[in-house]
Amino acid sequence: MLVDLAGGWNPMWGRLAWSQIPYDNPILAPLFVAVVVGAILVLGLITYYGKWTYLWKEWLTTVDHKKLGVMYILIGLVMLFRGFIDGLMIRTQQAWAVGAHSSGVFGATHGYLTPFHFGQIYSAHGVIMILLAATPLLVGFMNIIVPIQIGARDMAYPYLNALGLWLTAAAGALIMISLFVGDFAHNGWFGYAPIFELQYSPGVGVDYWIWTMELVALGTTLGGINILATIIKMRAPGMTWGRLPIFVWATLSANVIALTSFPALQVALALIAADRYLGAHFFTAGLGGNLMLYTNLFWIWGHPEVYFVILPAFGMMSEIFPTFSEKPLFGYITMVLASMAIAGVSWLVWLHHFFTMGAGPYVNSAFSVATMLVGIPTGVKVFNWAFTMYRGRLTFNTAMLWAIGALFLLLIGGLTGMMLAVPAINYMVHNSVFVVAHFHTMLLVIVYAIFASVIYWFPKVFGFKLDEFWAKTMFWLFSAGTVLVFVPMYMLGFMGMTRRLDYVFNTVWHPYLLVMEFGIAVYMLSVLAFVALLYVSIRDHAKNQVGADAWGTSRSLEWLTHSPVPFYNFAVLPHISARDEVAWRRDNGIDHVQPDHYEDIHMPNNTGVAIILGGLTFVLGFALVWRIWWLCALSLLAIVALVIYRSFKGDPGYIITAAEVEKMEKEALRREAQISK
Amino acid sequence: MSSHASNVDPKTAELWDKSHYQHDVISTRTFGYFMYLLSDGMLFATLFAAYGVLSYQHSYFGGPTPADFVKPWYTFAQTMALFLSVLAYGLGMNALKHKNKSGVINGLLAALVLGVLFLALDIHDMTHLASLGISVATSGGVSAFIVLTQVHATHVFFGLIWILVMMAQVLTKGFTTEVVGRLLTLRMFWHLQAIIWVFVYVFVYLWGYMS
Repeated sequence: MLVDLAGGWNPMWGRLAWSQIPYDNPILAPLFVAVVVGAILVLGLITYYGKWTYLWKEWLTTVDHKKLGVMYILIGLVMLFRGFIDGLMIRTQQAWAVGAHSSGVFGATHGYLTPFHFGQIYSAHGVIMILLAATPLLVGFMNIIVPIQIGARDMAYPYLNALGLWLTAAAGALIMISLFVGDFAHNGWFGYAPIFELQYSPGVGVDYWIWTMELVALGTTLGGINILATIIKMRAPGMTWGRLPIFVWATLSANVIALTSFPALQVALALIAADRYLGAHFFTAGLGGNLMLYTNLFWIWGHPEVYFVILPAFGMMSEIFPTFSEKPLFGYITMVLASMAIAGVSWLVWLHHFFTMGAGPYVNSAFSVATMLVGIPTGVKVFNWAFTMYRGRLTFNTAMLWAIGALFLLLIGGLTGMMLAVPAINYMVHNSVFVVAHFHTMLLVIVYAIFASVIYWFPKVFGFKLDEFWAKTMFWLFSAGTVLVFVPMYMLGFMGMTRRLDYVFNTVWHPYLLVMEFGIAVYMLSVLAFVALLYVSIRDHAKNQVGADAWGTSRSLEWLTHSPVPFYNFAVLPHISARDEVAWRRDNGIDHVQPDHYEDIHMPNNTGVAIILGGLTFVLGFALVWRIWWLCALSLLAIVALVIYRSFKGDPGYIITAAEVEKMEKEALRREAQISK
Repeated sequence: MSSHASNVDPKTAELWDKSHYQHDVISTRTFGYFMYLLSDGMLFATLFAAYGVLSYQHSYFGGPTPADFVKPWYTFAQTMALFLSVLAYGLGMNALKHKNKSGVINGLLAALVLGVLFLALDIHDMTHLASLGISVATSGGVSAFIVLTQVHATHVFFGLIWILVMMAQVLTKGFTTEVVGRLLTLRMFWHLQAIIWVFVYVFVYLWGYMS
């Protein structure tokens, strides 16, 4: 039943062979050495300082939603950097390989990347940026903030939460290992039928792509269930729907999308796997396969996914604007309705990714109108933010700068999106870099909102603020990079430059490509500024300590508890009386009132099962990629056995006694009193 | 009036929870599981969509179509096995209400046996197809037919493992909150497989047989 492979295969090692390690590649081989040296260095340092027990007990086996969130964000930042390096390589190739007389090195006729290698880089860039950078970063913030904002001690299912993190980590590891063992897909991040079929892509690249995305999809679906159940079932007394912080609403709408849309991606990819592993004919050319079935299935997930990542970003902006305008959010209810409307319409627009399929004027018009409808709730949001700032007492803190930057990018991205929603225009610019510039502008809205949130919520998680000077430096460098890279890209799109060119034939475009290359260099400076920001902030952390309400103008419930948040979140669960509870307490002078007595708190135990399951899933993915069947069976069996073992063992949790809580609370209050002096 | 204004008087407001507020463990569990089942439903919806697109005449590429190899009465026997399995599970849950351990075990055992019967009939059917030379590699239409039905069968297979685990847990642990919660979620899962099967039987087997 399994397909016959053209290349070598043996029962022990599957398709693995020494020739699959690209030791002769002049770019990958030095990188591999650097990674190995770096890994030995890090592991050595951990051993030298004797931190393994700490790491295992406090981080790797934790079920604490805040620590899991921090680890999600760390994975997201590492993958964001990897994706950025991919972007830098793409830009460098396009700035270099222009015109017939451009030079070529490392085996490439033009530039320094062969077409096959270039194809892998842009495919990995897309997968990483959307599924392994933006998604974990946003999920990380949801994880940290949502339970505190609704007054819960943890997520509804803390163990499942840890499992979601380790599945995401396994996916990240799988895509990283594809750099050094075998190759990655060259079919673009969303794949095209039938190029991903075994006949046309006989290597393991497409398999890496399939199983990486499957793992992220599984992790995100489980995470979505967890967050939805948390919001619906775990709210503190008095936290009615009308009092829910707006970021929670945004998270809710986003995860309704995640829950319903990710299964479609899982099926689409599983059907490619059926084609490639079992010889099925879902998307083959001939024998009854249907090429456009794949494109439809993929974008039925793909477009909702776009709103899955943008809605939390909108939620973050909706928290930051009121805090630094010292005003309540304008139009709370319309904001909620707009989020839900965007989540609903997200299901009706997928075909605008391929108007050129030739579905005919009626289908295209329907999807065109549906796409334009998205502009209405989004417009409502933009006006709400503008009216929030209108006549407010504005503080141009770096978080606020990032949020305002996001607002401007949303305008540009939204308006170019409206242009692309018109099929007549879409036919002209289809697959041009105009489209690329459009969706990068939209994804940069998310990146801006994420960096705004890093600045905004950092003191809540770690108890001290980030350095303002380096934060501002990073912001301005990043924004300069954005303008320098994407304004020329819009222009090139209108000039007819198509996307994914490993060789640019038209020398007229060269100056624009050089400006973009310069922009990438400026982005690189902003990355360095970010490193400096972290270094300086951690060095000076004693100077920048904060109390519970880090900004003094904060509004929602997470600012009621101490910074850094104790592992039990609230010593006594708060009773909610108002929307913007903290602002309400502050305005009425009761924000320093502490509970008069403490009670026992029941908390879940740490578990090593989640990280082991993540590791086994990685092994399963790797074995599937290389078709090592015995290892697939073994890891699958181990996974099932471990799940059953965990269900027998259960977790009774443990009790923190009232006296212990009181001791910890007194210590936290003493610390806060010192800071305010 | 700012939007966060509340009609609660701040002087007398209750600021901290005094009601010993507890989240209902079983309700949180079953609700989350229900959402998982929704996502599972979306998974099947996508597979049905793929089957719909790949069930035109040209999808079979001149090869065999379900009309050639589907036996409606054979599949009806499968239907009955699965439905009776769900009924047996429901009777077991009825015994749970009376904390009747042997009743629960008997219900689960009957559900297990009938589920195994369903799966055995399915495997027999698939080996029969294979002996005719019909496999996923035959044509796009047959790929969709086999993958959709076998994804359902895989769900049933994992459900059977789960039933076995629950029998062991009822016997060793008794009716703890965790075990009762799992019995309820398994009931939801088992019902969903039967509901999905209704669609598989009607739209894949019967419709395929008729067309």
